Amino acid sequence: MKTYIARRLLALIPVALVVATVSFVLIHLAPGDPASVIAGPDASADDVQRIQRQLGLDAPLPVQLVRWYGRLVRGDLGESIFLRMPVTAAILDRVEPTLLLTLFSIAIAVVVGVPAGVLSARYHNTATDQALMAVALLGVSIPNFLLGLLFILFFSVWLGWFPVAGYSPLEYGWAKTLRSLVLPAFALGLVQSALIARIARSSMLDVLREQFITAGRAKGLGERAVVYKHALKNAMIPTVTIIGISFAILISGAVVVETVFNIPGLGRLIIAAVLRRDYPVIQGVVLCIAFLYMLINLAVDLSYVLFDPRVRYQ
Amino acid sequence: MSVIALPRPESTGRRAAPRWLVLLTRRKTTLAGAVIMLGMVSVGLLAPVIGGDPAHMEVAGRLAAPSRAHWFGTDDVGRDVWSRVVYGARLSLLVGVAVVGLSFLVGMVCGLVAGYYRSLDNAVMRVMDGLMAFPAIVLAIALMAALGPSVINVIVAIAVVYSPRVARVVRGSVLVIRETSYVEAARALGVADPMLIGRHILPNCLSPVIVQGSFVFAAAVLTEAALSFLGVGVPPYVPSWGVILAEGRLYIQQAPWLVLYPGVAIMLTIFGLNLFGDGLRDLLDPKIRGLATERQ
Repeated sequence: MKTYIARRLLALIPVALVVATVSFVLIHLAPGDPASVIAGPDASADDVQRIQRQLGLDAPLPVQLVRWYGRLVRGDLGESIFLRMPVTAAILDRVEPTLLLTLFSIAIAVVVGVPAGVLSARYHNTATDQALMAVALLGVSIPNFLLGLLFILFFSVWLGWFPVAGYSPLEYGWAKTLRSLVLPAFALGLVQSALIARIARSSMLDVLREQFITAGRAKGLGERAVVYKHALKNAMIPTVTIIGISFAILISGAVVVETVFNIPGLGRLIIAAVLRRDYPVIQGVVLCIAFLYMLINLAVDLSYVLFDPRVRYQ
Repeated sequence: MSVIALPRPESTGRRAAPRWLVLLTRRKTTLAGAVIMLGMVSVGLLAPVIGGDPAHMEVAGRLAAPSRAHWFGTDDVGRDVWSRVVYGARLSLLVGVAVVGLSFLVGMVCGLVAGYYRSLDNAVMRVMDGLMAFPAIVLAIALMAALGPSVINVIVAIAVVYSPRVARVVRGSVLVIRETSYVEAARALGVADPMLIGRHILPNCLSPVIVQGSFVFAAAVLTEAALSFLGVGVPPYVPSWGVILAEGRLYIQQAPWLVLYPGVAIMLTIFGLNLFGDGLRDLLDPKIRGLATERQ
């Protein structure tokens, strides 16, 4: 197990290298000289030179790349051009709402999605199954930002139950924070629960066809014990994978939904940076999210051991 | 020697096609998906006929509620929302088709090369893994930041995001197919690599790729809408569902139709694609084909 984890961590290195290189290339993809693109059309030659020096764009490309890796290893993401603060500080400032929103929505996705999938499989081919799956299919067809807008329309504008937008930071009390995150978290979580329900259903159906289920029924176990004890545990393996993937999807979903609800998280940070051509911030946020994404996927792979004793990593 | 039975994909393809059609239309949900998509395609193609000028402004009639003159109401500068939604369908379809085409081209070439030439596999797939390590929308946003707002750039950015996913599916199939005896036979006959790949391997790894196609299409439509909604997709003067929604967000209290109609259009399109894609997958995916027939 330890060697397996070590091997998986080592395998992350080439991927991390590619990720770092892609983020580096971003700034050079822009047509023309990046410094003048960042400075904008009205900038003077001095401004362009200043930005060139500030970003180290005056060095040859390979030198820039090596310096970039070196800085990343030290955890230095550079300085924001617009905010005039280190990118890492800007990210740390904005990470709270994004993380809370992601955690809240994953909770909703699991609490709604897994039972829906399991019920659907247990009552396979009945009206319950068909109704649940129709809703789930509709659910995967709604983009999260659209669901967010519809929620604002129904629950905030028409019913007035929730604030239209905005975020209350934790320091003003968690109840307020929670309230400000209810609509965005449901917008994100419900869409994801549809996906989880579909996967949970199909993996339950696969497991329910296995011989040990027939054996369980044959020895007189009740349907409840068969479904909820024997089948569910085995069906959880693909489901856990999809929950892990959902977590990763939800972080990026949060980036979009934050715009809908005006939540000052990483999503607002990167979008504002794109509009201001603040490349160090764009690179920093993208890298940060990509590394988080990679670590989550690793954690998902490692979690199989917990759910399936047959999986023994050599 | 030359009588060794090499598969003739064209001949089997022709015979199978009508049967596919029968199987595809047998399931009502798949048929419904196809009908929705056909409807969307016709709306997109007929946009100039059924819609007016999407850029025409009537400032006096701004934020007007839906009426006989303006079926879907008007927006904040008095543009007809129906015309804009109809032209938005055109844009979404264009982006969907272009992204599928481009990402298939790139993804299939990379997948075939990586799967067939084992020495290149590691290099190609590590790059693909690296690209897939980014969440789709985040990579698309970053690429748009570098490329700048335009319809072409949106297509390129989304295609870059989805090519690795196509490549991975193709590579997986190639790895299996290259070990089959008919490929070995062809190689023994001295068939050159390009011919072997193009004629014997490629046609046989198409079905999982086709299934991917409907999902990549849906993802492209969604991603374009999301990018444009965030203000980093197509330029604001292009009628796109995402752009209309972004404007609608600001007037959600006075003019909910600005959110509702483009929203329904997106939902219907994705719903149709998902229904159709599910049907296609059940039909073409050998792993679950058994299940699909068992269910019927």
